[in-house]
Amino acid sequence: MRKVFDFHGGIHPAENKHQSLRTPIASAGVPAELILPLSQHIGAPAEPIVEVGQRVLKGQVVAAASGFVSVPVHAPTSGQVTAIEDRLIAHPSGLSAPCIVITSDGLDQWQECQPVADYHSVDKADLLARIRDAGIAGMGGAGFPTAVKLTVKPQAPIATLILNGTECEPYITADDILMRERAQHIIEGAQILSHLIEPSEVLIGIEDNKPESIAAMQVAAQGTGIEIVVFPTKYPSGGEKQLIEILTGKQVPSGGLPADIGVICQNVGSAVAVRDAILEGKPLISRVVTVTGEAVEEPQNLEALIGTPMSYLLQTAGYQAAKNQRLIMGGPMMGFTVPDADVPIVKTTNCILAPSAAELPAPPPAQPCIRCGMCAEACPASLLPQQLFWFAQGKEFEKAEQHNLFDCIECGACSYVCPSTIPLVQYYRAAKAEVIQIRQDAEKSEHSRLRFEARQARKEREEAEKEAKRAARKKAAEEKARLAAEQGDAQEDPIQAAIERAKAKKAAQASGGDAESELEKLEKLVITTRKRLETASTKLEAAKAEGSEHVDALQLGVDKTSAKLAAAEQALHAYQQANPSPDIPAPAAPDDAAQAAIERAMAARQADAAKSPEEKARESLQKLEARLAKSEARLQEGRAAGEEEKIIIALESTVERLREKVAAGKAQLKQAETC
Amino acid sequence: MSLMRITSPHAHGPSRTSRVMQQVLLATLPGVIVLTHFFGFGTLVNIFWAGILAVAFEALALKLRKRPLGFYLGDYSALVTAVLLGIALPPYSPWWLIAVGIASAILLAKHLYGGLGYNPFNPAMVGYVVLLISFPVQMTSWAPPRGAGELPGLIDALQACFLPASFDGVTMATPLDLLKQNDSLLMEDLWQANPQFGRWGGLGWEWASIAFLAGGLWLLYQRVFTWHAPLSMLATLTLMAALFYDGGSSASGGSPLFHLLSGATMFGAFFIVTDPVSSAVSVRGRLIYGALIGLLVYLIRIFGNYPDAVAFAVLIMNLAAPFIDQYTQPRTYGHARQGGDR
Ligand code: SF4
Ligand code: SF4
Repeated sequence: MRKVFDFHGGIHPAENKHQSLRTPIASAGVPAELILPLSQHIGAPAEPIVEVGQRVLKGQVVAAASGFVSVPVHAPTSGQVTAIEDRLIAHPSGLSAPCIVITSDGLDQWQECQPVADYHSVDKADLLARIRDAGIAGMGGAGFPTAVKLTVKPQAPIATLILNGTECEPYITADDILMRERAQHIIEGAQILSHLIEPSEVLIGIEDNKPESIAAMQVAAQGTGIEIVVFPTKYPSGGEKQLIEILTGKQVPSGGLPADIGVICQNVGSAVAVRDAILEGKPLISRVVTVTGEAVEEPQNLEALIGTPMSYLLQTAGYQAAKNQRLIMGGPMMGFTVPDADVPIVKTTNCILAPSAAELPAPPPAQPCIRCGMCAEACPASLLPQQLFWFAQGKEFEKAEQHNLFDCIECGACSYVCPSTIPLVQYYRAAKAEVIQIRQDAEKSEHSRLRFEARQARKEREEAEKEAKRAARKKAAEEKARLAAEQGDAQEDPIQAAIERAKAKKAAQASGGDAESELEKLEKLVITTRKRLETASTKLEAAKAEGSEHVDALQLGVDKTSAKLAAAEQALHAYQQANPSPDIPAPAAPDDAAQAAIERAMAARQADAAKSPEEKARESLQKLEARLAKSEARLQEGRAAGEEEKIIIALESTVERLREKVAAGKAQLKQAETC
Repeated sequence: MSLMRITSPHAHGPSRTSRVMQQVLLATLPGVIVLTHFFGFGTLVNIFWAGILAVAFEALALKLRKRPLGFYLGDYSALVTAVLLGIALPPYSPWWLIAVGIASAILLAKHLYGGLGYNPFNPAMVGYVVLLISFPVQMTSWAPPRGAGELPGLIDALQACFLPASFDGVTMATPLDLLKQNDSLLMEDLWQANPQFGRWGGLGWEWASIAFLAGGLWLLYQRVFTWHAPLSMLATLTLMAALFYDGGSSASGGSPLFHLLSGATMFGAFFIVTDPVSSAVSVRGRLIYGALIGLLVYLIRIFGNYPDAVAFAVLIMNLAAPFIDQYTQPRTYGHARQGGDR
């Protein structure tokens, strides 16, 4: 037997799993209307590629992935696209989001599937592309695109592939029943994943409260080298970080990824989805959902199409709305309440919990924290929740961060045990949100501070230059006067004359100098505006290449800047005509400069469109790298200059983000190269 | 139908603050019974009067602070303070002494700092120390235990409390006093010469201590607190006593067992040191907190001016608790151990 490790803390809430395990997985059927949110995963939302009124087949892509960290969405059944609009979705914020609505035609007609008969003979990049194209995103909860997880390879090779069959949340049995009924498929999926990342071991972790699953998985895994690891039941052992510690004894570094310590973790449901995508050519359009709680008469597991309204599944299970006070998507520990039973299930929905009021009563009003320390005993992240609470309540965010607020996984163990029933996690969420806001603000103000400083420096420089010129002229004039005086005409009072000449000259020069500075100003304005237009255009292109959401704003900026440039050039032109100067040649057709800049930008854009994805990826990568280098330099400067900590943090986070972007860009480039 | 919107977690464990407090109250019962057996009704009258005053002061404070009475009175914390102070005070204390003690505990130590959970000092110990400093005579006159003198009856006890002027009780030095004042007798002879000494510690005290230990172990079993602070306090005290015992000469500091079973050691270890509000929070913090209390108790008992020391030791460490917290933050998941103590 493999040694399993324990993690700090954890709790043993009532499991309530047997209710939904009395019957096998049943098909939920096809509802009349399916609502497909464009963002069911972590990353950029998918982009609709169908039109309202269009007929779609089951399995057809209706929205395409819009970036590297993104997955497409498929039609779960055949029918007609009846709307592309904002609908209420299941999200902790309770907001609406863009969705594609499909009205079923009842035919459930598949598009042609293209299974891979022998995946060993297929290129790995192709397999990865298929996984991505199948729209698979982590089905355990977070919804991180599976293909991305498999692509982002760290320096260290992956030693361990872990399939998560823990399912530690009370009530939920979707993975449990999947392991019982489709053990073979899970193993096949595991083998495909293992083929892709070539780990030295493949482990499937299951809590010891699922004997049937363990038995089924052990049978299926026989002879495959895949090891089923059983460990004691304790919430939240199914948390990725906790599971990794249980199975390997190692901890994922704070702020890092499992891959940093050579581990990749996938949910068993995702393994099945991968298997279906490769061996059957089917995209992710359905999943197993546990429908349970005392407000449904027949708690059970349903195989439901993605986009099925919760109300439809609840009806199937015998929903008694009168008994139900709150409707939870997910489990009682980490799930969130939904505002309405009509919100659709998504790829990450593993459970619909409809508890009766007696089952999960509303929490009693919070009493003061008595610092009993039960929360610290329960915290799987080894935090001091009572201190975090104290700081969050007092808005001492710096201290909260010192106490590692951001290592809180929001598992709810602390709130569960708190005798004063303080909604601790709620405080942490709020505090995190505020800290993030503060960071962003700091970044923004740092930005404008830098801009201000640059402008200030430029002004000073200009001032100094002018001063120097003036001084030089003055000196020259005096020199001349002196010479004139020396060789002066004897009849005249040479000194007097020289002084007068010098005076006259000085006066002329002074007025001339002013004129010059006016001209200089205008010229500079033209030059800087032109420069700004150029950077704005490049930024715009970069944004377009990246598919950033700022494209519109940037476009506006470019338009405005070119207008300004035109104005500046006109002013310069007018001035030059009014004050002709032989020294300065009038710039040729200044009015056209703005036009030219615009045309340049447009041409660049067109060229861009003509470029291959590989070139594009390479270019954007180069740009990103340049930006990264610049910010790194700036950070170093800041550190050397001992700047305020706030600013350093802001800079660090910028660098960090850029690094991530560069990494993503590299991966994208690699992908582009391979296809 | 309108659905409730609450953030996770939706499930909640059975633990409640008011229940914790009730358990603490329950756990003092064996000790109180033994004290009553050995010292008469004095302790019970103390507790009874302290309880009434505590609830009254708590209600007054809540009213002044415009807090809902029922909700906060329901946490039983005032009652716990009253019972603890009632046990700590000498039996047959006059009513005004208890009143001053409770007023200091509830108004000064608790509500002035913001009420339950915000008090840096243990309220009962603040009350005790205020009294000890202001009324040293009353605070150090203990009734003789059963077997060393006559026990007053219930009426006498009530009279002692409410009509103190007409009560003429007998008092005796406590074993800890005797030990402190002793500089000529061998331990053995000291034991022989004074009826206040029992088998291992003070007569009566030793059994009360064992009863408090039993109550404490039950609380431990109920997971009301963890073993860290009490155990490390007792261990340090034992260690110190063992170091300075020297076999029982006239200069001896007393045997480890004597220290464990005399004065407020056990009561303090399981009912005062474990007060979560005013102690350190992390596991390592609580080990240090307890150990330093044990050390201070011994030092004050042997070298200080006051015969017993739990109250002072606890208050001093209450003061130090935030610093201990600062240096004993546990290592968070995924964070490297940072050079030694973090
Ligand atoms: S469990 Fe609740 S009352 Fe106890 S220390 Fe933590 S937050 Fe405070
Ligand atoms: S929610 Fe955060 S603080 Fe609370 S137990 Fe979980 S990880 Fe710890």
